[in-house]
Amino acid sequence: MTEMTMLWTAVYITMLAAFTGYVVISRVPAILHTPLMSGSNFIHGIVLVGAMVALGLATTPVERVVGFVAVILGAANVTGGYVVTERILQMFDRSGKKPGKEV
Amino acid sequence: MKMVELSWLIDPIYIVTIFFFIIGMQRMSHPLTARSGIIWAGAAMLIATAVTFFTPDLTNLALVAIAIVIGGGFGYIAAKRVAMTDMPQMIALYNGMGGGAAAGISAVALLGTTSAATGSLAVVGGLIGAVSFSGSLIAFLKLQGWMRPRPVTFPGQQIANMAVLVLAIISGVFIITQPAWIPLSVALYLPLFFVLSLGFGLLMTLPIGGADMPVVISMYNAFTGLAVALDGFSFATPNYAMVVAGIIVGAAGSLLTINMARAMNRSLPNVFFGAFGATEEKNAQIQGSMKAIETDDVAVMLAYADKVIIAPGYGMAVAQAQQKVKELTDLLENKNVLVKFAIHPVAGRMPGHMNVLLAEAGVSYDHLFDRDEINPEFPGTDVVLVIGANDVVNPAAHRQGSPLFGMPILDVEQAKNVIVFKRGQGKGFAGIENDLFYRDNTRMLYGDAQETVGKLVQAVKKF
Repeated sequence: MTEMTMLWTAVYITMLAAFTGYVVISRVPAILHTPLMSGSNFIHGIVLVGAMVALGLATTPVERVVGFVAVILGAANVTGGYVVTERILQMFDRSGKKPGKEV
Repeated sequence: MKMVELSWLIDPIYIVTIFFFIIGMQRMSHPLTARSGIIWAGAAMLIATAVTFFTPDLTNLALVAIAIVIGGGFGYIAAKRVAMTDMPQMIALYNGMGGGAAAGISAVALLGTTSAATGSLAVVGGLIGAVSFSGSLIAFLKLQGWMRPRPVTFPGQQIANMAVLVLAIISGVFIITQPAWIPLSVALYLPLFFVLSLGFGLLMTLPIGGADMPVVISMYNAFTGLAVALDGFSFATPNYAMVVAGIIVGAAGSLLTINMARAMNRSLPNVFFGAFGATEEKNAQIQGSMKAIETDDVAVMLAYADKVIIAPGYGMAVAQAQQKVKELTDLLENKNVLVKFAIHPVAGRMPGHMNVLLAEAGVSYDHLFDRDEINPEFPGTDVVLVIGANDVVNPAAHRQGSPLFGMPILDVEQAKNVIVFKRGQGKGFAGIENDLFYRDNTRMLYGDAQETVGKLVQAVKKF
């Protein structure tokens, strides 16, 4: 692919992804704002795969150190983001909870 | 190596990952399916991480695995151990780490050889990632109470901040263009660029008060998404999983940020440049005094009321009083008292914080009402119980010149009686004196909310 085709592909992808993100989040009730923020915080944990590649392709010691730190941070983003979201959403699960008010 | 043969799987799996992420977010945006949403997203992340090990030409695989275990282990354990009330700052912390990882990827890309195009994207990604990293850490420290939540301001702050940002951008440009005439050696510009970017994130967050932190965290969340997307282009072969997921988070996060700011009636420039709560009103004079009340008196009031509204806030979360509040609700309902909950969108420290805690305690959704729904009902209400809320019920928001002016609040002061459950006589998170506490129809019930509500439950039982 030429640089120009690459550029336009990138623009297409960006536009569609931005639209998807917008549509998915619009018309969300306020009570789900926190879990959704937490959930999207988990999803940008995909940065981990980039950090893995960066460390995996690193050749100099400096690159390795920076890449190593990046993988640590990315992995913490993934597991922490998942557990926090899971714990918040657990409270929305009405089955299997202490009996609340009968409906 | 045998591993390389599986590299053809990477793109198909990344596509499935993105599909699962979208399904996951879609499910998370509806209360009934929210729980399963994170499981979809989590499964996708797991397979994406696993397949990435098969990327061609990867070395240092042992280092990669060790780093995943260290970082993943820390993230998992820390997130499991914190209390539910501390979730907002944990989101800030993990978001900052994502931003830091993005900055790290940019740094590795820029240390190697890049084309002008990918290099520029790596610079922008690095700048945004680094800002998100240091900014989120400040937000974490402020919410965790390891740093004073009040805004830190000094004269000429905006100019200083802008100067740091401009210098960061200039060093970024030098990294890409590497002009022959620049004074320092090119190798120095990379660390300088990151120091300036981190500094800007720090300076930008310091003047923001604790009350605005949810909006700020949400914005840094969108920032990290954007940084991740830009970094996706910094590789020789673009990592489209990063690009798409990053952009989705960037767009969704921006929208969330705007929604939250709107819920607080604060414009984004106002959040970032207003240094909310830094200034005290000079001639605000509050008439009257704070009047304390005993538990038994409150119990009588409640037992003979027709309609009671409970306005919970961060104090209820801190005291873990939601279970007792639920008991009180059941008790009053058995006495045919109508009980409703007034939920301010930013009560607690995150939108939906109160809903989550009350849901945990078993209070059903049909008891919870939004600010706009419940505000007209206060004049006809016998008793309002303000449990650990402060700024969101401060009538100063209606007074021109108050730092809170314009923030929509719960108009609890219009009820016949207002009981404020409060630990002491301190100010709210925004650091502003609350007129409500001095009103003639307001009584203060001092003490730890869990304890006082517990006592109240016992007292109400006697009637």
